[in-house]
Amino acid sequence: MTTSTSFPLAVHDLTVVYRDKPAIQDVDVNIPAGKLTAIIGPNGAGKSTFLKAVLDLLPRVAGTVEVFGKPYRQQRQLVGYVPQRASVDWDFPTTALDVVTMGTYGKLGWVKRPGKAEHDLARQCLEQVGMADFSSRQISQLSGGQQQRVFLARALAQDAEVYFMDEPFVGVDALTERAIITLLQDLRQRGKTVVCVHHDLDSAPEYFDWVMLLNVRLIAAGPFDSTFTAGNLRKTYGGAMKAAIDHFAHFEQSKG
Amino acid sequence: MEIVITGILISVACALLGTFLILRKMAMMSDAISHAILPGLVAGYFFAKGPDLFAGFLGALVAALVTVTLVEALKNTQRVGGESAIGIVFPAMFALGTFLVARFFENVHLDTDAVLFGNIEFVAFDRLFIGDVDFGPQSYYVAGALCLINLLFITVFYKELKLATFDAGLAATLGFSPFFIHYALMALVSVTSVGAFTSVGAVLVVALMIVPAAAAYLLTDKLPMMIGLAAGIGALSAVLGYGLALAIDSSVAGAIVSVAGAFFFAAMLFSPSHGLIAKARRIERQRVQIGLEALLVHLLNHEGEEGEAHESEMLHLSSELRWLPQFAQQIVGVAANRGLVMQLHGHLILTDNGRRQGQQLMVH
Repeated sequence: MTTSTSFPLAVHDLTVVYRDKPAIQDVDVNIPAGKLTAIIGPNGAGKSTFLKAVLDLLPRVAGTVEVFGKPYRQQRQLVGYVPQRASVDWDFPTTALDVVTMGTYGKLGWVKRPGKAEHDLARQCLEQVGMADFSSRQISQLSGGQQQRVFLARALAQDAEVYFMDEPFVGVDALTERAIITLLQDLRQRGKTVVCVHHDLDSAPEYFDWVMLLNVRLIAAGPFDSTFTAGNLRKTYGGAMKAAIDHFAHFEQSKG
Repeated sequence: MEIVITGILISVACALLGTFLILRKMAMMSDAISHAILPGLVAGYFFAKGPDLFAGFLGALVAALVTVTLVEALKNTQRVGGESAIGIVFPAMFALGTFLVARFFENVHLDTDAVLFGNIEFVAFDRLFIGDVDFGPQSYYVAGALCLINLLFITVFYKELKLATFDAGLAATLGFSPFFIHYALMALVSVTSVGAFTSVGAVLVVALMIVPAAAAYLLTDKLPMMIGLAAGIGALSAVLGYGLALAIDSSVAGAIVSVAGAFFFAAMLFSPSHGLIAKARRIERQRVQIGLEALLVHLLNHEGEEGEAHESEMLHLSSELRWLPQFAQQIVGVAANRGLVMQLHGHLILTDNGRRQGQQLMVH
């Protein structure tokens, strides 16, 4: 049996409660290194809650979270986070470059200001997501897709080993979607681990190589092809969610 | 003169914090704090057995932090939303304060006028003496110290304040406690409120925190600029407000805040980026632009057709494009002015320039 040391993320018995109802319950999962993992499940399944609880943004009732074998709090530097785009106020008076530079703050620590090195890094990251020309643009004047790419560039600037992304593909244009995929594959090539909350069952098989099916409890987790099965999807979405099953049948056919 | 300098220092101290209150959408929190510090002031008075600046600050600080904690706790029940939580906590604290005053300090000079409106007019009478030497009004030192502390705070923790305000989630994952930053800011708001409160009173201190910063937010899209503008507008309001109060022989604090309000109103109307007038003009410009494009495309479509003459009649235009006659007049006027169309016997024909632009539009 492998020890949890080798895992970028090892979650043990994680439970989070909203009022009296568990939002996620007894989730036990080890995410392997160098993989693109999707967290998939119906609305209200606790996908975002899982990410936030892992990142200590929500109080957990029970459970432990380890990043490369140590408690998360000691390993913040290794973790990058891309929140949902709608979670911040894009009217905030600042520029794209400044937002990306925020990714470098963690390594700077308290009080120390970002300097030339940090701004250069931020500019490079903007370039990687195809936003070099927008660095001095006011963030309120960016399109939704461009804002999402700024968020990704900011995560790159964190220079982390594990990235957590909350629905990066939601409400973006085709250009941005391609940019994100390229970026994810690039991260994987460099041995980084990415965990994405993902909504779209259609695109999931194409983008990800590992999957975690969640509906309050963990239904299944494993390599995409052997885990993303009709049976598991039915358990995740319940019998009522016929669309998911139909979709799956379609997916099976196209695979076969 | 001493009144003006005190006013400037207090306005700047307030505006510096106000910028972040506005960006954190917490304007009402300063209202809550400025009222809720009353029981703290009374407690300070009680423990120091008399009016004592330091005890007052300390009491107010504790009262403010209690208020903020209660508001946060109420919000977390998820049954009472943000603004409602504030609405429950601060009247309770204020009521406790008035209750304590009435019960235990009936004979004390803590009159409601001073609490509500302050008495900046009298700053010159409260002087700092060391031995026999007069070091000027006490308010200089209080307001100056507040200014300095607030400036130091937002300079030293600029990066952390910005991050925690824009994206508290990221701030937390990067190890910058948004909790600490929130309470530090609230602590300074409360201390500043106490300092400002003796001069301008509990009600108007809120205005000094919020109004200049809100005006600045309408004028710029850069955070450092917003902070500078807020401080500038605050200071200018103090100067002009004092002048106004002298001229019409009225309350100085009231005049300062009225001037700040006038600045905000002006920014709301005339700001080149976010002002109502700029917005209206932008919409008007777009309306005309779209009208022009529709006109050019329409004329181009029917150019050389049999019905061309008919299609280009003014009357027909307004019914075909569903334009009001005045709007059609306006668009045709603009088009003629720009040399895109010509009028010939009541008909419109495209000029070469107009045809070229119309063709470009058709391609897109």
